[in-house]
Amino acid sequence: MKALRAFLDKQRPLFEKGGKFEKYYYGFEAAETFLFTPNHTTAAKGVQIRDAVDLKRLMMTVVIAMIPPLLFGIWNMGYQHYIAIGQEPEFWQSVALGAELVIPIIIVAYAAGGLVEGLFAIVRKHPINEGFLVTGMLIPLILPVTIPLWQVALATIFAVVIAKEVFGGTGMNVLNVAMTARAFLYFAYPADMAGDVWVYYGENAPIVEGYTGATPLALAQEATIAETPIPVEQAFEASWFGQFEMMSAWDMFWGDIPGSIGETSTLMCLIGALILIITGVGSWKIMLSVFAGAYAMGLLNNAIGLNPFMEMPAYYHLIIGSLAFGAVYMATDPVSASHTETGKWIYGFLIGVITVIIRVFNPAYPEGVMLAVLLMNVFAPLIDHYVVEANKKRRLSRATV
Amino acid sequence: MELINLGIKSIFIENMIFAYFLGMCSYLAVSKKVSTATGLGLAVVFVLTITVPVNWLLQVFVLQEGALSWISADFASVNLSFLQFIMFIAIIAAMVQLVEMIIEKVSPALYGSLGIFLPLIAVNCAILGSSLFMVQRDYTLTEATVFGFSSGIGWLLAIVALAAIRERLKYSNVPDGLKGLGITFLITGLMGMAFMSFMGINI
Repeated sequence: MKALRAFLDKQRPLFEKGGKFEKYYYGFEAAETFLFTPNHTTAAKGVQIRDAVDLKRLMMTVVIAMIPPLLFGIWNMGYQHYIAIGQEPEFWQSVALGAELVIPIIIVAYAAGGLVEGLFAIVRKHPINEGFLVTGMLIPLILPVTIPLWQVALATIFAVVIAKEVFGGTGMNVLNVAMTARAFLYFAYPADMAGDVWVYYGENAPIVEGYTGATPLALAQEATIAETPIPVEQAFEASWFGQFEMMSAWDMFWGDIPGSIGETSTLMCLIGALILIITGVGSWKIMLSVFAGAYAMGLLNNAIGLNPFMEMPAYYHLIIGSLAFGAVYMATDPVSASHTETGKWIYGFLIGVITVIIRVFNPAYPEGVMLAVLLMNVFAPLIDHYVVEANKKRRLSRATV
Repeated sequence: MELINLGIKSIFIENMIFAYFLGMCSYLAVSKKVSTATGLGLAVVFVLTITVPVNWLLQVFVLQEGALSWISADFASVNLSFLQFIMFIAIIAAMVQLVEMIIEKVSPALYGSLGIFLPLIAVNCAILGSSLFMVQRDYTLTEATVFGFSSGIGWLLAIVALAAIRERLKYSNVPDGLKGLGITFLITGLMGMAFMSFMGINI
């Protein structure tokens, strides 16, 4: 530790004003604050804060919270491949294959995003944004495992530049950066983002007869638009996975089903949620209200019950698709979410409601979490505005002059 | 039920701003503050709710082919639809004048902050566009009223959301070249992407 500190201190003059690498000061600064708590002191007049947890530590906590879904995703992606070609893999076989598939995506996302981030930091002379640590990890987790790597790079660059850097960087963006990356890919390259893309088959691998890598959401939608609609649970049981009893509610909760890399396991997302809530990084109000909103809308659908998808038991909405992942890691993004406490309840609840509406009523999109989060990001400032106005009004009415 | 569906459809799915990009000029120019944006949005709602049904009456009883036959059977072959644009614009301009007088009387502050954009509602493409859509889609009178009202609500929602975002942008560090309209265009594009969530809903 000491040696590292001494090394950094020795290099510092090179990067400071008048030094040889003056231009790259923010590159140096990024490395330094990543390793050590920054040594800023506030002037005698001004806000005095003494806290070891700065933005970088905060973002690292989120990255740590993402490790359970990531590890599970690595295993699951390998496991899904072996199921599709009809083999019973050893645990380590699955992990090895999964790692081979997933790790390049993560490296590409970090490299492409980091490059743009560094470029902007040097040109615009602002510190490298800590938020990128989270974004670079979130983007791989919400993509299908078969995604071409150049698309990962393209989407990451698009999202970092258009959704974040043009606003000035972390803390100033309007939309969730990772969701923007996914939405960009979804609308620009729909063939690689929907349909049968959730399982890696490999070249020349003999795929088991009758196998389909359909996600539960796709099955539910198929059951609904079929000529003779059948209840969704029956569709789950009748699917290829169902014949091995691999489409039960438990499996969807545990997560060994096809889907994006990090989103299949509700359990792992809940472990991540626990980390975020205990450390105080993520807002439990938003997480809870997203689930509440989806459940309430599910119940309302049950009450109306026009087709099998609407009749699907409401709790299924909480465990299929990526609702848990979206609620824990996406909706709670402190920048693009509502900033006021009352606003957080409204914001989260509406995300849940809109997610279910898109899932059930919009045949164009099988999953609604992504667009629901983006849509509520757009309206979050408005919610805040009205919450603040109401607050002002209440306090003014209390004031006696 | 049909009418509710039409309403939801014109507010969210076929939003004037995000689906047709109509009425962009005042949308971009008057979205700096939520209070002003709300004022202009309400004015647009009001004008739309009145002009679309009035234009419907005009279309059905005066302009379209054979519309004049209620006067006498001799006019059955008269087709005045070449006058459509100019007549619609005249109605809209009259309505805008009315709104302007009302706002000036009721809220001089809002009148001041809307400035030139209030008379410019007369040439707001969202308003003429709605009247033309109404003709094109063969709405009935009730449908036309609902359509006009809910298109206005959709426009109001879009401009108020944009204004709230732009108020928050005060804390951002936008590159000099993008300040003002540039970043607003980018935000509009991103908002359009978020509004894609409703495209394709069939009701």
